[in-house]
Amino acid sequence: MKRLLFFTLLFIAHPAFAAASASPDTWWIWPLALFVVCFFLGIVAVPAGVGGGVLFVPIVGSFFPFHLDFVRGAGLLVALASSLAAGPSLLKGGLANLRLAMPLAFGASISAIGGAMVGLALPSNVVQIALGLTILGIVALMAAAKKSEFPHVPAADSLSSALRIQGVFRDAVSGDDVNWHVHRTPLGMAMFLVIGFLGGLFGVGAGWANVPVLNLLMGAPLKVAAGTSSLILTTASSSATWYYLDNGAILPIIAVPSVVGMMIGARIGAHLLSVLNASVIRRLVITMLFVSGVGALLKGLGVWT
Amino acid sequence: MDMKEMQQSEQLRYADWLHWSTLAGFLCLIGTFIAYIFGILPARIPLSELPQVWNKPAEEFLKVTGMPKGWGWIEMLGNGDLASFIGIAILSGCSIFCIMAVMPIYAKRKDWVYIAICALEIGILVLAASGLISGKH
Repeated sequence: MKRLLFFTLLFIAHPAFAAASASPDTWWIWPLALFVVCFFLGIVAVPAGVGGGVLFVPIVGSFFPFHLDFVRGAGLLVALASSLAAGPSLLKGGLANLRLAMPLAFGASISAIGGAMVGLALPSNVVQIALGLTILGIVALMAAAKKSEFPHVPAADSLSSALRIQGVFRDAVSGDDVNWHVHRTPLGMAMFLVIGFLGGLFGVGAGWANVPVLNLLMGAPLKVAAGTSSLILTTASSSATWYYLDNGAILPIIAVPSVVGMMIGARIGAHLLSVLNASVIRRLVITMLFVSGVGALLKGLGVWT
Repeated sequence: MDMKEMQQSEQLRYADWLHWSTLAGFLCLIGTFIAYIFGILPARIPLSELPQVWNKPAEEFLKVTGMPKGWGWIEMLGNGDLASFIGIAILSGCSIFCIMAVMPIYAKRKDWVYIAICALEIGILVLAASGLISGKH
């Protein structure tokens, strides 16, 4: 599968493919290629533990002929659709917590609009360079980040106590009910302002940053952090998506095949979780992000067109 | 009522609204896209001409193609490319209805802080959806 994805990207990056698909009669090649690539990205995103948006924007932005405005608009929609689809089951299982999500999502929603406004106002080469640097930063974060299944939280901070942010979920492995609370809430809220801004600016969703902040900084159990991150994305991505939609930066011919391909792939990826070697997939995704991050940087600098 | 039950009531209602609104959004998105791509609905920009414009910045794309800004698409739903925005708008807007749906639960518990947070979040999403902050109206 790794080879298939690699050769698909290599194929669409080849000048002969671009020449063949520039003909008016063969416009359909690009949406079809987009669907196929997103299908594979969806498969690898689940075992790698990342959202589709963070893979989508740098890879499609580097290898496809679409302007980055449309790629970012579609990326936001991919992140939004994936989190919306996962939301109901996460909420019902107590893995996404509404009480924890709401105050954080509020800040992220505001700053996501700010990010979208800045992103659409800046020259695209500046956004490409910033995107390339951010993706390389994400690569470093993914390679170095630790996770804590049940972080030690000595005591809830005064803000989370006042907001009564706490919860309980049933751990499927042990079968026990796990009570949890969080700390460092003001700092967590400040971090979500930054994360929301980056999500809106680059259209990448922000699970890669949400989960470490919720888990390592605020002390939410890893499963609650992952589930709540998805719930926060449903509102933060939504506010930025509206801004892109209003400004003509969402093209259905790009957005719809991406969303559908990613969602079908993610469903298969979830089923293949027990078969695929998660650490190998994770290394593959880190490599793909590194290559596309360098690609975005080179494109932004005008070295690679 | 213990914490788990309290948590469950609001989460279950939010989850139900999220499930049905997301399903409606996806069905609209896929249905209108099929109508667009197979020519059941005419396209405002012919599909064969898209490769000449999808590499332009959004602002230039709107100028060149004459596509509507903001909510202008709603007056042109007979076109397949613009009809696809219905599903996108439902998916982008469904959080508003989910948050509204849990507000009565918070009101019953006199949880005024969360009612305020919900109201502010709805305000932000409605403001984003209105197009007022994009300065295009």
